[in-house]
Amino acid sequence: MLDVRLYLLQRISALIMAPLVIGHIAVMIYAVQGGLSAAEILGRTQGSLWWMLFYGLFVIAVSVHAAIGLRVVVHEWLGLKGIALRLFTSFVFVVLLALGLRAVMAVTAG
Amino acid sequence: MNTSNTSASLNVSVWRGTSDGGEFRSYQVPVQSNQTVLDVVTWIQQRIDNTLSYRFACRVGMCGSCAMTVNGEPRWTCRTHVNNVTENATLEIAPLRNLPVIKDLTTNMDPFFDKWIKAGGVHEPSALRNDPMVPVNPESKARKVASEGVECINCAVCYSACDTVAANPDYLGPAALQRAWTLVNDVKHNGKNTVLSAVSESGGCHNCHSHGSCTRYCPVELNPMKAVAGLKKSTVLSLLRS
Repeated sequence: MLDVRLYLLQRISALIMAPLVIGHIAVMIYAVQGGLSAAEILGRTQGSLWWMLFYGLFVIAVSVHAAIGLRVVVHEWLGLKGIALRLFTSFVFVVLLALGLRAVMAVTAG
Repeated sequence: MNTSNTSASLNVSVWRGTSDGGEFRSYQVPVQSNQTVLDVVTWIQQRIDNTLSYRFACRVGMCGSCAMTVNGEPRWTCRTHVNNVTENATLEIAPLRNLPVIKDLTTNMDPFFDKWIKAGGVHEPSALRNDPMVPVNPESKARKVASEGVECINCAVCYSACDTVAANPDYLGPAALQRAWTLVNDVKHNGKNTVLSAVSESGGCHNCHSHGSCTRYCPVELNPMKAVAGLKKSTVLSLLRS
């Protein structure tokens, strides 16, 4: 159910996520020290190519990683296989990617 | 078996049935000193019920035929002393997990050995009869790695212990993958890339969750989990190079 390509994709996406998670948490802790409103956050992120790339890459890595991880869980626990398993993996990837990129665009575009 | 009898007896539950289902039946077996679990099963078969089916051959831990589930854990019964596994003088003996039952304690080993073949576990010679012999340096890193797994007795204890096999029946399992890793490191084997391709497919080594049950239960103290980790690394490097 996991071949070498899916295995490698999951490891690479994990490698990408690790520093981004640390960066995300570090910025959150630092940014809220003095108290921040939504408007102040958007004032910093909107129009920022840097934050768009940061969270855009994060969303892509999460979508790949979670789709493969959930593929393993539903195969081993629910017995899903074959074309149903492939469709499930693709569905999770597309939904997470669409929702994530929509959120990134809403926060960083404009 | 030492036949010095005592008045004490063991309460033994043995799984009786076929692939269609079955149940545990209770037997009373006299306690002997130096008694193995295989001795207990043999005593029941010879003295109480000769329709009990089980499998054994060498009785000295070499052939890998007599593995069963003893008190919930997979073990080689000919080398498992009753004293080391009984709790309150009770024993529960069942067929190995993850394999189809033929009858009682006898499992069908076909899926186990089919996966050895599927993992590329067929020797492909690197030289012909008249070619010079391939020198094998016992001190080389590859030979040491190959030698670590070569003493496998094919008992299927690791296969039965593996939770990944239980959840994912297509997974090749620890024994087949350890054999594959041995062949990858054997200079006399010509099919290294064939093996790496075979274990890279959908039921291959990348499904291992590194639970470690294979290594925990291997009766000859091999380390299949380490072999699977070696395969994961080699297959990824091979893919990246190609």
